[in-house]
Amino acid sequence: MAGTKPPPSASPAVAPAAISVRVLFFASLADLMGERRRTLNLPAGSTIADALRDMATDVPDLAVRAPHVSFAVNEAFVTADAPLSDGDELALIPPVSGG
Amino acid sequence: MIVELTSDPIDVPRLIAHVNQPSNGGICTFLGVVRDNAEGRPVVKLGYEAYESMAVAQMRTIVEEAMQRWDLDAVALSHRTGELQIGEASVAIAVGAPHRAEAFEACRYIIDTLKTRVPIWKKEFFKDGAVWVEPVSSQPSAS
Repeated sequence: MAGTKPPPSASPAVAPAAISVRVLFFASLADLMGERRRTLNLPAGSTIADALRDMATDVPDLAVRAPHVSFAVNEAFVTADAPLSDGDELALIPPVSGG
Repeated sequence: MIVELTSDPIDVPRLIAHVNQPSNGGICTFLGVVRDNAEGRPVVKLGYEAYESMAVAQMRTIVEEAMQRWDLDAVALSHRTGELQIGEASVAIAVGAPHRAEAFEACRYIIDTLKTRVPIWKKEFFKDGAVWVEPVSSQPSAS
């Protein structure tokens, strides 16, 4: 896991240079991605928009769908400019149709 | 309060019994049931998928909002997951209140709000294929 190694010498703990985020896909987005979850390694300071750009290199249609997708980080709705932290769970939420 | 997702048929009498308390003079229930068509196209069955932990948390928040707004002491909300046949209940709400107006209003609020922000998705199965139902008007927003 990223960030589990102690920092070198006596320097104080610093934020890791890379973060690992668990991404969840549901419904039509699970069909599009061909999987229900993946682990994404991103530079520290990345936002949800950065994560989407990274995943759209594999699946260009994700960029087409993105304007109609909502996002949750650790089960709370957020906007695409929200920053991600190491260990976050990011859910891509297509328009909901419960009831 | 009962708030649950279930892959078994919803036990509606249990929800009603939960809200049938001595201080209440009215109980309003709502059942969403599986319709046999989507805009005229025959539907053979439905499938429901949920982001389960977040769905339950959102359902609880909506019920708490209703209980506070209408000063209720008993609400039950249950939503199915998995495959459902025509006529089965996909969602059931029971609201008990001292008087009927609050029960009707709270019940309406809970189903309308659930449809806009609880991460649950419906798949319609036809004879010759299936589609996820994704009304853009129901896109949840961070607020």
